[in-house]
Amino acid sequence: MSAAVLAAPSAERRARMIALIQSRGAIGVLALAAIIASLRFPYFATANNFENIGTAASFLGLVAIGQTFVIILGGFDLSVGSLIGLGSVLAAYSVPYGWLPALLVPALAGCGIGLIDGLLIARAGMAPFIVTLAALLGVRGLALVLARNSMVIAQPGIFGLIANGQILGINNLIWILLIGFALAALVLNRTRFGVAVFAIGGNEEAARMLGVPVIRVKVITYMLSGTLAGLAGALLGAHLSSGLATAGQGEELKSIAAAVIGGVLLTGGVGTMAGALSGVLLLGLIQNVIDQIGNLSSYYQNLASGVFLLLAVLVQTVLTRRRA
Amino acid sequence: MAPILETRDVSKRFGAVQALRSVSFALNAGEVHGLVGENGAGKSTLIKILTGFYQPDGGAILLGGEPVHFDSPRASQRLGVSAVYQEINLIPERSVAENVFLGHEPKRFGVLIDRKRMDAEADELLRRYDLKIDPRARLGALGLGLQQMVSIARGVRLGARVVILDEPSSALTGAEVETLFRAVDRLKADGIAILFVSHRLSECYRLCDRLTVLRDGSVVASAATAELPRAALIGAMLGRSAESIHRVRPARVPREATPALETRGLRWRTRVRDVSFAVRPGEVVGLAGLLGAGRTETMKASFGAETKEAGEVRIAGGPVASPTPGRSIAAGLAFLSEDRRAEGIFPKLSVAENLAATALPALARFGFISRKKQDAMVARFTRALGIKAAGPGAPITSLSGGNQQKVLLARCLATAPRAIMLDDPTRGIDVGAKAEVHEAIHLLVEDGLGVLVTSSEMEELMALADRLVVLNEGAVSGALRTEGAAVQDVLDMLAAPHEDAPA
Repeated sequence: MSAAVLAAPSAERRARMIALIQSRGAIGVLALAAIIASLRFPYFATANNFENIGTAASFLGLVAIGQTFVIILGGFDLSVGSLIGLGSVLAAYSVPYGWLPALLVPALAGCGIGLIDGLLIARAGMAPFIVTLAALLGVRGLALVLARNSMVIAQPGIFGLIANGQILGINNLIWILLIGFALAALVLNRTRFGVAVFAIGGNEEAARMLGVPVIRVKVITYMLSGTLAGLAGALLGAHLSSGLATAGQGEELKSIAAAVIGGVLLTGGVGTMAGALSGVLLLGLIQNVIDQIGNLSSYYQNLASGVFLLLAVLVQTVLTRRRA
Repeated sequence: MAPILETRDVSKRFGAVQALRSVSFALNAGEVHGLVGENGAGKSTLIKILTGFYQPDGGAILLGGEPVHFDSPRASQRLGVSAVYQEINLIPERSVAENVFLGHEPKRFGVLIDRKRMDAEADELLRRYDLKIDPRARLGALGLGLQQMVSIARGVRLGARVVILDEPSSALTGAEVETLFRAVDRLKADGIAILFVSHRLSECYRLCDRLTVLRDGSVVASAATAELPRAALIGAMLGRSAESIHRVRPARVPREATPALETRGLRWRTRVRDVSFAVRPGEVVGLAGLLGAGRTETMKASFGAETKEAGEVRIAGGPVASPTPGRSIAAGLAFLSEDRRAEGIFPKLSVAENLAATALPALARFGFISRKKQDAMVARFTRALGIKAAGPGAPITSLSGGNQQKVLLARCLATAPRAIMLDDPTRGIDVGAKAEVHEAIHLLVEDGLGVLVTSSEMEELMALADRLVVLNEGAVSGALRTEGAAVQDVLDMLAAPHEDAPA
C-alpha cells in the first residue's frame, strides 16, 4: 500500500543519476580535459606541470572553499579578491615579528571583515551583493593606502618556506589546498554547522522554524570566507616574497565561477567541496593549456573560462528542471 | 485525566477586529479533534496562539493542567506542541533523516554527526508509522504527503505530545491521504493528542472523535462527531440555518439560447470532478459551495489558468480546445481573480496602467501604445463604473478596496468579453462598495453579458444570482433557481456527502 505512494523506482533512479551528475559531473569533465590535454601536449602530464597547476590553483582554492560555504548558504562574497591583496600587504608588514603573526594578522583581518559583512547581511538584512561589493571597494582601498612603495619581504625565513617548501616531494601549497578541501568537506557534511548551512540555503524560513540559529550560522560563514581569503593573501605574499596591494583582483568572481562549474547552485542549498575543487582545478587547467599553446594571448583564457561557466550553468539548469 | 492541551477563555484582537472571543476547548490524549470554520472564523489565529506565534490578550493556555506561556514558536515546540502545515517547512534538498534530526543530530567525538546512527534511528521511526521511506532519500523527491509524514516524524522525535495538522490533506492524492490517516491512527494509539484542521468535512467525519466549530472568533458548536450531523455542522459554520431568507427580485430573462459560457465534464485533479454548467447571455449564475468545494478551481480550469484534464469549454458557442488565459480572453471570456493582491493589481502602477493592461493590443499602433486612446478608454470606464480616484495617474494602491476591484472589473470589460467570471468580487470590501459592485454586475447583465459569480456569503450570492449551481467536494451536487428559494434549500445541498468524494 505504501509502495503506491512512493515515487516509481525508475523515476527515483533517474533523479539519483541527475543528482550524481550535478555533484560529480565536474570531476568527470576535469578528468576528460586532463586526458585530452596530456594527449595533445607532451609536457602537460609531467610532475612538474602538475605541480605548477596545483600551486597556482591553491590561492583560488582557499578562497573557493569559503565562497562555496557562502554560496550554499544562499549568498555570495565579493570581498575575497580584495582581501587577498590586503592579506599580502599585512603579511609583509608583520613578517618581521615572525611567521605566525604573518599568517594570523591577515587571517584575523579577513575574519573581521567577514564579521562586519555577516552582521550587516544576517542581522541588518542587507543584500549580500551590496554589502560585499562595498567591502570589495573598501578593502582594496585600504590595501592600497597601507601599501608602501616597496613591500619586498627581504628575509622570508620560515614564512617563505611555508609557501615554497616541500613535504614528501610535494609543494606545501598543494598540501594546504588538499587538506583544506578535505577539512572543509568534513565540516560541511559531518557537523551541525555544515548541515545548518545547507538548511539555510535550502529554505531559510523553514530553517528558522526548525530551530536553526540562522543569524549565527550566517555570520560565522562570512567570517570563515573572510579568514580563508586573508590567509590566501598571506600565502601569496609568502610565495612571491612580497606584499602586493593589487593582488587577487577578479578572484572573487573566479571563485564563484569555480564553485558554479563544480555544481554548487547559486540559488543555495546544494553543492559539494569535491565539485568546487574540480572547478578550481578546471580553471587552472584551462590557464595552463592556453599557456602551453604559446602563441595564444592570455585573453583566450578568460574566453575559455567564460564558455565553460556558461556550459556548466546551462547543464545545471537543464538537470534541475528535469529533476523537478 | 486532565486534557493535554487546553485553552480557557482565550481572546485575541487585531486592531478593530476581534479574532477570538473567549475560546475554550480541550485536546485529550489519544483523541483526534477536528477544528472547522469558514475563512476568517479564527482557526489560524487559534493555531498561531497554540504554536507561540501570537500571544493571547486574555485567557489561559494549560498544558497537562499547568498554565503555560508560549512566548515563541520554539517555546511551544520545546514543550511538545508540533505543527504540520500544508506548506511544508522542511529543507527539500536534504535527506529525510537530516530533516528529521536537524539541530538534534546524534554526534560522535563531540563534533562529527553520526550519519549511520541518524539514518538507522530515522528508519526505525518511519517504520513505526508504517512508512516505507528511505531515510537517505532527498526529501524533495518525495510526494507532498510523505513530506508531511516526515514533518510529523520530526515532531514525534522531538517529543511532541500534541500534533497540529493544519489543512494537511488539501494538496494530497487519495493514496497519500490514506497514508496520512494511518499515521494519525498510530499517533492516537501512542497517546498523542491531534488537532485536525480541514475544510474537507468528509475527512473530518472520517477521522475525528470530536468536532469544534468556530465562527466569527467564537466556539459555536463542540460535540462528539457522532452527535453533530453534517447539516447542523454546516449550519453552525455559516450561522444562518435558522433564518430563512427568500429571494424577492424576479429573475432576469436570458436573451438567447446559445450559452455565453458552457462547460461539459470539466475535470482538474481531484478538485474539479465532471463539472458541467451553462451561463446564458443576460443572466447571473452563482457558483455556490463551501470553502474548498472547488469554486475557484472550476473557474480557473474553465479559463485555462489551470490546465484541465478532461472536459470541454465553449465560449459564446465556440469550443476552446485547450484553453489558456490568452485564448480564453480572445474568445470572449474574462476572469476576475479572488486574490486581488496576488493575481490582480500591479501595485506599483497607476489606475490607468492597471486598467489598460489587458487591452493593450487594441490601444497600440505600430506596437506603441496610443496615450490618447488609453486616456479615452480609462475615462469611459471610470465614468461607467463610478471609479473614485484622484485621477487616472493616481497609484492604484491609493484607492479603496472597492474601487480597486472596480478598476479590475473595468480591465476585464476592456477586452469586450461575452462572459465574465467573478470569483468572490466583494471579498474584503466595505458595504457601500459592495453595493456598487453589485450595481456594476447588473449593468453588465443588462448589456447582455453572461456572468458567473461566487461569494463567501450565501445571502449575497442568492441576491445576485438568477440561478445557483452548487458544488460539493469538486462535483456539482445540485442546481436551483433563486427566485423564491430559501437559504436553507442551498444548505441542504451543500451538506450532502458526495458518494465518491475523496476520503
